[in-house]
Order: sequence, then structure tokens, then C-alpha cells
Amino acid sequence: MSTTGGMFAVLKEKVGQVLVPGDEFCFGAEETISLSESAKPERAVCGPGLRRSGDRLVVMKSGVLRHKPPLTFWIDSQQKRYVATKGETVIGIVTARAGDTFRVDFGGSELASLSYLAFEGATKRNRPNVQVGDLVFAQFLIANKDMEPELVCIDGSGRANGMGAFGAGGLLIKVSLGLVRRLLAPNSDIRLDLEQLFPCELVVGMNGRVWVRASSVQQTLIVANLLQSCDTMTTQQRQQLFRRVQQGAL
Amino acid sequence: MAADGVKLSKNLLRMKFMQRGLDAETKKQLEEDERRIISDEHWYLDLPELCTKEYVTVLVEEESFTPCEDLQFGRISFRGFNPEVEKLMTLLNPKDEDEEEKDVSCMQTDITDEEMALRYETLVGSMKKKYAKKRERAAMDQNDNHHEMDSEKKRTFLRPQD
Repeated sequence: MSTTGGMFAVLKEKVGQVLVPGDEFCFGAEETISLSESAKPERAVCGPGLRRSGDRLVVMKSGVLRHKPPLTFWIDSQQKRYVATKGETVIGIVTARAGDTFRVDFGGSELASLSYLAFEGATKRNRPNVQVGDLVFAQFLIANKDMEPELVCIDGSGRANGMGAFGAGGLLIKVSLGLVRRLLAPNSDIRLDLEQLFPCELVVGMNGRVWVRASSVQQTLIVANLLQSCDTMTTQQRQQLFRRVQQGAL
Repeated sequence: MAADGVKLSKNLLRMKFMQRGLDAETKKQLEEDERRIISDEHWYLDLPELCTKEYVTVLVEEESFTPCEDLQFGRISFRGFNPEVEKLMTLLNPKDEDEEEKDVSCMQTDITDEEMALRYETLVGSMKKKYAKKRERAAMDQNDNHHEMDSEKKRTFLRPQD
């Protein structure tokens, strides 16, 4: 009864390789046991791009297979279209007020609803000061293919924790979802390079929207342009460009 | 009773105070009836057997990248541009253990060790008293009292000479 044999061994072999939709992995015979045998089940996670279908694991996005110990697998893919996912934080634009909810555009296929009670310190009497056109940094409470997505600006304990309306004196840009993940990755090299430049602030939504603010309009624009061009540059090119900016050439 | 032609109801016969007068046969029959009622009341769900196989590993589907890639919180501030956000960053972003160790080593101290020692110098006596046993404490108190007595003696009122 080896847990590393069978499907997961095959998956581990393929880590770092490109997979395309339709590739599939089958649970090996040793991974299935009858209910009568009492074995403590081990927890494996198939992340984005992989889907379980019966006793098979099917790839549904093209990209590179990634692995995190102990048993987490996902497909690292490049895309620009955002699909709402529960728990992810995004930057949304308030487009309308409908009764006791706001309609928020987060760049997905439909608008999300955001209750006016889902802000820190908001009560029925004390409505949050959010206008149409404001930016909100919010988290998905409900996100599935059958229901309207719902956003909230508080966590489980009712704290804002950095979420809520924001966006005075900054610039909102759109980048690819891959760049967002590179920005937010632990020990991200883009973030280290940015830190060398000048004091600035970023709000990064998983939906590919990035809001930038620095102490002057010029600096804000520089950071925004740098981020947008980061998408298609190699590490060396990027470092070269950042160095030039630091020296004041741009 | 049976001779009277009056039949007692089953429910009445099942009661505890009626059990004494019953003969063995009716008792057995009653028990059987009861058992049938209980088994009739049991019901089952008529479901197809879906979960015939149990996997050694439980496969969980996760749709978000955040837990897979350990992505950090989406608000970032560099070089103290927004101190509130920087506070949030340290709070929400899990740090590597190595970094934490580094932090401890270079942690700034408001009070130097020397200052701390000077401050506690005066407290040595009272701290000693705190950890002493009862008997020792009594002895210490006596000592203190002696000192006080001496000082009191010294401080007696001296009548000014005319």
C-alpha cells in the first residue's frame, strides 16, 4: 500500500512539463482499497487546471505542471481572462447601486454583488460611503459557475484587513494573471526590483488589476508602465530596465 | 375475563401491571407483534452504491492559486509609503523561519542591558524577600526592625537648651 506509487508517481514525473487539456491520469490499483480496510486517507490537492472526474484526473488548461509537497499539483498557465474563485481577493469597480447591494465589475463574465453590510463597521443605519465608480478591494464569498458571484469587504471575524473602498490619487492598470501571481509570490524578484526604485504602494487583485500610487504623478506612471512591460520581459531585460530607471534615464 | 366474552385491547395487555395475569402464550404473541412493528418502522434509502471504492488518498479540488503557490496578500507598500499597509503586510504574510530569526537578532531595544541592571539594583532586596521562605522572611523583618529601632533612638527629640 504505497501512497507514492501509481498516479502520483506519474504526476511527479511530469512536474515541469507542459500538459494540454485532455491529458489524464488514472488512479492506480493500489490507490483504491475497499471500505472495509481502515487506512487513514492521505490528503492530495489538485489545484487550478486539474479536475477530478470519477477515478481519473483530467487536465483542463494548457500549461506547466507544478508540484508542492506533500501532494499538491496544479497547472501554471498564462491567461488574461479571470474566472471568479472563492476566497480570492480582487479589485472591483462599483458600477451601480441596486437596493441594498452594489453591483461590482471585477472583469469576469458577469457583475458581482456586494452587500452594503459587508464593510467593516457598517450597519443598517450606518451605510458605507461608497459611490458609483469607486474601487473596492474585496474577497469572493460565493463564486461558482451556477450562481451570481458575491463579494465581501470583511473577513470572517468582521475585520476589514486591508479590504474595502480605496483609490484616491492612484492609477489602475490591467496586467496578465500570470504577472499578478509573480508579483504576489513569496520572495518575488519583481517586487524586490520595485522596492529598489522609490516609495510606492500597490494593490494587486487576483483578477489582473493592479492599482499603483507613488508620491507624484510622474512616479506613479513610471511604476505603472514598468509593471505593464514586465509581462513580456526576461529577468535580465527587466533588471536592465529597472537599473536605467533608477539612474534617472527614463 | 375471557369467559365474560369481553376482550381487552392489545395496548392494555402490554402494560406492566397486566403482565402478571397473562399466560405464556399470549405473552409470546404480544412480543412477536411488537417486534414486527419495530422492524416495519425501520426504513432504508434506496440508493445506488456510489462509493464502492475508497481511495487511500483523498483528492481535494482547489480552484484558487493562492494556497497552491502560497501567494501573499494583495496590498503592498514599499519603503514606508503607506505605514498602515506595511503593518498589514507583516501581519498577514507568513514569513520564512530564517527571516524571523534574523528579525529577532536585529531587534531594536529601547532599554540597554546596563539600564535594566541599574533599575533592578534597587529591587534586589524586595525580590529576595519574595523568594525567601517564611522563617527566613521573619528573620529578615526582624533585622529591618532593629535597624528602624536604631534610627528611632537616634531621632529622639532633643530639648533645646535655654
